[in-house]
Amino acid sequence: MAADGALLLSLVEEYVSGLQDSKAKDTATGVKDGQFTVLQLVEALGLSLTSSQPHTRARGVQLLSEVLQECYGGLAEREVEVLIAFYENRLKDHYVITPPVLQGLKALTKCTALPPGSAVSMLRSLFQDVHVQSLMLAERACVYNMLINLMETREAELKGLGSDFVFGFVQSMDGERDPRNLLLAFQIAKYIIQRGYDLGKFTEELFEVTSCYFPIDFTPPSNDPHGITREELILTLRDVLAGTPQFAEFLLPLLIEKLDSDVQSAKLDSLQTLVFQTSSEKIESAGLAALTALTSCLSRSVLNSDSEDSLCTFLDLVLKDCKHHLCEPDLKLVWPSAKLLQAACSASNRASHIVTAAVMPSLFEQYNNRTQCSHRRTLLEVVQRFIQSVKNCQSSDNGKCCLLLSHIQSRSLSYSCVLFHFKTKENVLLDFRPSLCSMVFSALTESNSSLQITATSVLTSLAQQTGLLLDADVELAVDHLTRLLLTEEDDRVSLAVVESIGALAKLHPAAFITKLIPRLKAEIFTEHMDQDNNRTVTEQHSHRAVRQRCLSALAAVSTQAGVVKESTPVLLEVLSSAHTGSVGFLVEEVVLACCSLQRIAEQVEDTEETGRCFHDIIVPRLLSLALQAALQVPLLEEAVLSAVVPVISTSCSKLQPMLAGQTASRAVSLFLDGDVSFLPDNSFPSHIQLLKKQQGDSWSQSQLVYLLMGCVCSLPRSVEVPQVDQLLSELQEMSCTCGHPLSYTSAAKCFAGLVNKRPQGDSLDSLIQSTMRRVCSELDSASSPLRTQAFTLMIWVAKALLLRYHPLSTALTDKLFSLLDDADLGAMAADGFSLLMSDSVDVLNRGCHADVRIMYRQRFFSENSAKLVQGFNAASQEKKPNYLKALSNIVNKLPKQVQVTELPALLSLLLEALSCPDRGVQLSTLSCLEPVLVDPPPALIQQLEALVSRLLALTSSPAMNVRIASLRCIHAVSHFPVHEVLPFRARVLRALARPLDDKKRLVRSEAVQARGECNHSG
Amino acid sequence: MSGETRLENANPVIFQRSGERLLTATEEDEDVHDPIDDREIFDILFDYQSINDPEHPLSLEELNVVEQVRVKVDDAESTVGVEFTPTIPHCSMATLIGLSIKVKLLRSLPDRFKIDVHITPGSHASEEAVNKQLADKERVAAALENSSLLEVVNQCLTTRSI
Repeated sequence: MAADGALLLSLVEEYVSGLQDSKAKDTATGVKDGQFTVLQLVEALGLSLTSSQPHTRARGVQLLSEVLQECYGGLAEREVEVLIAFYENRLKDHYVITPPVLQGLKALTKCTALPPGSAVSMLRSLFQDVHVQSLMLAERACVYNMLINLMETREAELKGLGSDFVFGFVQSMDGERDPRNLLLAFQIAKYIIQRGYDLGKFTEELFEVTSCYFPIDFTPPSNDPHGITREELILTLRDVLAGTPQFAEFLLPLLIEKLDSDVQSAKLDSLQTLVFQTSSEKIESAGLAALTALTSCLSRSVLNSDSEDSLCTFLDLVLKDCKHHLCEPDLKLVWPSAKLLQAACSASNRASHIVTAAVMPSLFEQYNNRTQCSHRRTLLEVVQRFIQSVKNCQSSDNGKCCLLLSHIQSRSLSYSCVLFHFKTKENVLLDFRPSLCSMVFSALTESNSSLQITATSVLTSLAQQTGLLLDADVELAVDHLTRLLLTEEDDRVSLAVVESIGALAKLHPAAFITKLIPRLKAEIFTEHMDQDNNRTVTEQHSHRAVRQRCLSALAAVSTQAGVVKESTPVLLEVLSSAHTGSVGFLVEEVVLACCSLQRIAEQVEDTEETGRCFHDIIVPRLLSLALQAALQVPLLEEAVLSAVVPVISTSCSKLQPMLAGQTASRAVSLFLDGDVSFLPDNSFPSHIQLLKKQQGDSWSQSQLVYLLMGCVCSLPRSVEVPQVDQLLSELQEMSCTCGHPLSYTSAAKCFAGLVNKRPQGDSLDSLIQSTMRRVCSELDSASSPLRTQAFTLMIWVAKALLLRYHPLSTALTDKLFSLLDDADLGAMAADGFSLLMSDSVDVLNRGCHADVRIMYRQRFFSENSAKLVQGFNAASQEKKPNYLKALSNIVNKLPKQVQVTELPALLSLLLEALSCPDRGVQLSTLSCLEPVLVDPPPALIQQLEALVSRLLALTSSPAMNVRIASLRCIHAVSHFPVHEVLPFRARVLRALARPLDDKKRLVRSEAVQARGECNHSG
Repeated sequence: MSGETRLENANPVIFQRSGERLLTATEEDEDVHDPIDDREIFDILFDYQSINDPEHPLSLEELNVVEQVRVKVDDAESTVGVEFTPTIPHCSMATLIGLSIKVKLLRSLPDRFKIDVHITPGSHASEEAVNKQLADKERVAAALENSSLLEVVNQCLTTRSI
């Protein structure tokens, strides 16, 4: 025994100090043979393990570890426990000791007698004390092997670590570069996924740390002794990435991105092995995109391979999976499979060829065999989606022809392949043209309205592809559409029909000119004898509805110059016959005709030809009609006048500069000099003076100034308006003296529109100053009967200047602020702020080429909000509502970001406004509070008590709009943080019981939503 | 997937949702009194905060569990009756669905209404038992005091979109 002890000591001595590595083997043999125990070895090592030299200590530990590697099997549990504690402790020691320590630990992980809990403690200290990636290659491998060993034997314990284990692993493998170690690391990741370790919140991390190696790009050196191949790495990595659906949302985008790159084979392989579950829409769309990318990738790769056609093989698979769903009797899975097929179809021309050839015939057959409308509709929709996806692929393919040609030059492409490609350049669906057309037309004749709607939109998509509709088909389509338009009462159908007419007319104008327009004209001018009392009211009603549909169809059809030339005369004829009374038209129908004209002016292509048409025919004709109407006894209706103006202003705003200048001078000479020479049907008296005060205050002519505004205020800024100074002074005179509201307002607007476009300079400044003087003198004499007129002019000029940041605008707006205290005009002044801040429809907007600077609202607000608050505080009690109204008018129009930042300063004022009795103030305050409440600023939460009680009070307001708006605000408040809302919850729920029984349904529905939301909060 | 319990009816027939109620001129008129009608009750159940089937990510409307023809309301008499049809005759969720409908109506209708929720006759195996439970005021009240049950009901009632 003593001899054994001496032998052991000498072995240790020779190994540690003598550096004879072979002695380790001898020692291990001794331990195995039972010559000495591990305990004795440790005792013998005592001196070297406690040495102050790190290298000596390392050597000592190394001996122990090497021995353990040989004879870990014979260790008792107690021994293992002590050894692990020792090793864990050594991990904290000098770095030269770490390698042997890791080897020892690795040996211990193989022990069968591993005490419970030791695996966890080992890993904890490993992850805590060792930075794996700063170790050498062999030691890193050692760590991975330890993990693998432990995962084999101690799975339950490791799972107890929860996501910490995953995190530790992610940290240790992050940055690994050696293929041998990667193989181990991938294996661990695979175990983690397959054996259901808890990924916790580290799913994405684990994905990142593994997916960064994708796609594997590794070529083993020729003399590689380790025998690691690229395939091995690819397979293990694929097992990891495709191993869990949790990775799907990260993986798919990655794959799609990689698929579009140039390196191909490996990625395709890995994608094909993927199985994803379409459990969420996000994944579904990503999957579909992947399928498209994959198919297009395959189609491209085929171009220069003459071996096996992988595209066909792939599509065969897809078709086999999906096609039968299209034929199932209940059509349950028809959409998912159709989507997949369409995704494949839209990838490339060849793919769409293959897919449509396989699918379309069965779809037609299905359609013909089905009798249920809903089934037929579904099938039609599926067909439409196919048409669209074919269209997508064609547009993307167009650029590829050139590419192909260059390919032909550079490589020897097989001739048949090229031929095939060119053959497929023609439309894929051409073969199915007859069946497609007959299907659509049969659907159009069905009586089911939703089927009709779908059919019209299929028709539109068919028309958008070249060659699918022959001329005869187009004519048939026009007939069908006309029939539907004239007979179908359903609004949705006629809307769809009108839309389709618009789309088709763009592509096939001729058929519409010859067939549709004459038919519509006839229908519009058919007179149903209203005197006949045997006509029922409903029949008259339906006749009017038909007329309205015809008028809007006329507008929809006119997008091209040729059609416009045919359709606008019809509309103009409607106006003139309404004027002469030869055909009975209602005022609404006349207005609708004007609206149609305006729509045409908006949508028509900007060409010289259409510009001329509007300039030469339509505008003079309208002016002349309006003038005739104004001069004759049947007075021009205000509604009609207001409908004519937008037509003129829209067409003028689109005129080319030369024509625009001509229009300007014609209009000015008409209004200033009474020059009627350019008007058609010239039967006017020679001395008309439209801008002068009429006898007896007749306003039938003065209101025509509205037309002047339409002509001159919407012209491009570069166009000179002739005699502008005289025009301005006449307008000013008229706006200050005329008694007719429409006339003086239009004059003021026209004045403002011209001022806005006048170039900067002294003449403008003096004009403004003289206007100011005139306006102020009227406003300051409290008894003047013309104060309203002066006020109107002032506010429009103020707007014109504010929009262009003119320095003199402040003088006018300050005057406006001071008017808030005015006894008569105070309320009007408050409303005036809404006019200042909002876009006006007919003048001073960007469509009229007005000079509008960006962010003028914010600028106005930041310059003036303090004035408002001051004025509010100083005002007497009965004037305060004016200030509140002005404030809510301004704040309402501000963008939300500005509102949120400015609100804290104004909050008390807004809360005050909620308890102001004026309903308008309440309403506008509520509507500006509502968006702010979605993301409440802290200042608001502090005032929650006041806010809630005011809102609740408003839920019983007599005005329905106020009740609705306040309930919406309460709804928004219930989304506040729970701890803030909870104190009010019971009270709000109680108070909301009343609006649940409101007499108005709209209020009830808001109450239901608000109350439901409150029930959920907290 | 092994961890999850299987759905009782994994592939139900799906029905189209009815369109939104069209706004009429009288509804915008301040002075007209709009009575509560069948469609409004139906909308309470579906438009604003749709009741979702506890098992499917679909609303009860899409599953045809509740149809408009099976909703009856009498505003003058202050009564509401709703019949619902479980997707399969052994649906274990029938009570929960019924409870959700009842809670939704209790929360959304004025107090004066008497609310009756029951299973469409002949569509469920234990129809009577479920109807009895749903009609029992005390049981409903007790169910609403059970916070975990309330949570499930609230989940069924959460808004689809917002």
